[in-house]
Amino acid sequence: MVDVPLGVGGVPPAEVEDVELYHPKSWVTHYVFSQDAKIIAVQYSVTALSIGLVALMLSWLMRVQLAFPGALSFIDADAYYQLITMHGMMMVVYVLTALFLGGFGNYLIPLMLGARDMVFPYANMLSFWFYLLAVVVLFASFAVPGGPTGAGWTLYPPQSITAGTPGLAWGIIMMLVSLMIFIIGFTMGGLNYVVTVLQGRTRGMTLMRMPLTVWGIFTASVMALLAFPALFVGAVMMLFDRLLGTSFFMPEIIEQGARLPYGGGSPILFQHLFWFFGHPEVYIVALPAFGIVSDLISVHARRNIFGYRMMVWAIVAIGALSFVVWAHHMYVSGMNPYFGFFFATTTLIIAIPTAIKVYNWVLTLWRGDIHLTVPMLFALAFIVTFVNGGLTGLFLGNVVVDVPLSDTMFVVAHFHMVMGVAPILVIFGALYHWYPKVTGRLLNVPLGQLHFWVTFLGAYLIFFPMHYLGLMGVPRRYYEMGETAIYPQSAHDLNIFITVTALLVGAAQFAFVFNLIWSLRHGREAGGNPWRACSLEWQTSATPPPHGNFGKELPIVYRWAYDYNVPGAPEDFIPQNQPPLAGEIASRAP
Amino acid sequence: MVQISLRNEVDEARQSSGLASIAADLASDQRAFKNVSWGKAMMWIFLLSDTFVFSCFLISYMTARMSTTVPWPNPSEVFALEIGGTSFPLLLIAIMTFVLISSSGTMAMAVNYGYRRDRVTTAMLMLATAVLGAAFVGMQAFEWTKLIHEGVRPWENPWGAAQFGSSFFMITGFHGTHVTFGVIFLIVIARKVLRGDYDVGRRGFFTSRKGNYESVEIMGLYWHFVDLVWVFIFAFFYLW
Repeated sequence: MVDVPLGVGGVPPAEVEDVELYHPKSWVTHYVFSQDAKIIAVQYSVTALSIGLVALMLSWLMRVQLAFPGALSFIDADAYYQLITMHGMMMVVYVLTALFLGGFGNYLIPLMLGARDMVFPYANMLSFWFYLLAVVVLFASFAVPGGPTGAGWTLYPPQSITAGTPGLAWGIIMMLVSLMIFIIGFTMGGLNYVVTVLQGRTRGMTLMRMPLTVWGIFTASVMALLAFPALFVGAVMMLFDRLLGTSFFMPEIIEQGARLPYGGGSPILFQHLFWFFGHPEVYIVALPAFGIVSDLISVHARRNIFGYRMMVWAIVAIGALSFVVWAHHMYVSGMNPYFGFFFATTTLIIAIPTAIKVYNWVLTLWRGDIHLTVPMLFALAFIVTFVNGGLTGLFLGNVVVDVPLSDTMFVVAHFHMVMGVAPILVIFGALYHWYPKVTGRLLNVPLGQLHFWVTFLGAYLIFFPMHYLGLMGVPRRYYEMGETAIYPQSAHDLNIFITVTALLVGAAQFAFVFNLIWSLRHGREAGGNPWRACSLEWQTSATPPPHGNFGKELPIVYRWAYDYNVPGAPEDFIPQNQPPLAGEIASRAP
Repeated sequence: MVQISLRNEVDEARQSSGLASIAADLASDQRAFKNVSWGKAMMWIFLLSDTFVFSCFLISYMTARMSTTVPWPNPSEVFALEIGGTSFPLLLIAIMTFVLISSSGTMAMAVNYGYRRDRVTTAMLMLATAVLGAAFVGMQAFEWTKLIHEGVRPWENPWGAAQFGSSFFMITGFHGTHVTFGVIFLIVIARKVLRGDYDVGRRGFFTSRKGNYESVEIMGLYWHFVDLVWVFIFAFFYLW
């Protein structure tokens, strides 16, 4: 037991003196090689969003090819596989992971915890530049002989490094090297996020008073630090297989009558390594989204989050469980069938904490004072989409149902709903929500509503029919359906419908980009706290927050982040750093 | 008068005892681990992440070794040194292991002297650690050379499964890289100690932050970790 002297409102005195900040002396160290987490966050976000646009356009090309085979003369089977691979890898790793952890993590962790900055600003800066280097290497693979790899984003050997797969000469090497650089860069950032949350909070900010956004990003960062090593090792070993001629993943292969110089390796070993990273990766993206959406819902429904404590435990439980479900991606890989039973069970167990979260979001909305602002629209859309995407996960999580659905469009539809559309909706909601803090101006609302409705309805028009195609047996990763008798004409028509919708929804994203740029100058002045929110990032000394975030004195936290509509309080929200009000007795803090 | 206090369960639990108070201490404000500096917390978490890297390497190697259909070379014979006509199995590895474990001893002493603010002894012990580490890497280079002369390559070897050479070079190479980086940082920090950077609070070249003697201990954490990993590599690769 530690004897803690308690000050006013039960807040212990400061344990460590205020840190000395690095003060930039030139424009370059201020805005380019910046050590300020807020600038690094913007650098991460802008880079990731730009890659997102590129990946979006790659998906356009794929959709055009699927609906109108041969319409674009430069897309042959090889080019199609390259598009698929680059689209998938960019979106999963270089957009979603980087944006949630590098972007939102850097911006929100210090501000929400009442810290001056991340604990290691220099390593934080390096993290971004390593990320940028990884991106440059990835994009350079478009320019090398043979083009980028077409191995599919899962890079399964042996096909990823045998003849016939595009990008065998250079693309696959660039991809693996880029991933390794990304992982090194992420490790530097991830250590920062984790240590800042554990050791860098302000007075009164207990773990159970942290906004759920921070809980989500924190748990995801811990998971990433433990999951990325598996991908790193897999990448090293595959690089050796490709460059040194080792046979970690390569069995004996006869190619056109000739025996390749490989033998004795295990392709399934790579799948295990890849999915030991790959499944936690799904939740590395989803957990920050869960956290952010909890905060958006609470703020815009003017109601405290329902079951805060359970929400925290659900995040931690999902994070832990996600490390023991990986082989549900491998039911048809030829692994021991008994594994299937184990991994199906753990997979379905994850539904429990996830359902707790969904119920709690709905109960937070129950009798709330719901403001249908643009961030709230996106948050609500997320809940619906996540439930829909999660339900098809029940199909794919069961071995017997998964086997016929494997490698069909059903799988594509499932993970795009649950891991593509749902987190992207949260990213949009979060950008509309925090943009005023970053720039001091609100995003344009009518344009935002247009963006929302086109994106939300469009996503359903794209991915719902795709489930149907999958049930009919249309395989994924085929660059055209061809004139196969088993697919009715309606399947071809649906394909065209999906493509047209995808082009429109993609175009709507450029309206969003325009909004981001236009509002920088012409948006409505936001003031310090436009959403009247409780958490600390809205209580900074100025908006946008200055270097050091909080002026002379760091804020002291007296309560949790969800004191909305407290009976008897003068306003419908009480900021976290508001000292106890006269007559305030009870403990509402968790 | 109404008593004004916004207490919370965390504060209340900290006043009690047992598991609840442990959890409450961890969840309390400002720092989860009291009296643990940022740098030390970072190193522990990094080592946890690095543990996963080495675990993945070793588990992959074990998978390859267990599932191979051709014989696996016998480590006692492959890693034997012939001295005066007698073959000593694992002799070089035994010496390497002894050297590396000893370097952990000098490192631990360096940490101790660091906290006594004994500049010169600390620096000398760190340099001794660096020398032992460099000796380890040197012997590893000798071992690699010997094996390469005997025909071991990442893709083949004269005695059996090709994965033997692949795993050997990959795992010992990755560990050797860790030791090499450790040696470099040992020298860097020893120089800072010797120059008195940590006594006068001189700012770091890159981070422009003031350092302190805790750097010696954080360096020590890394060094002991690298030793510990070697114990596992020794057990799983050479003794199996």
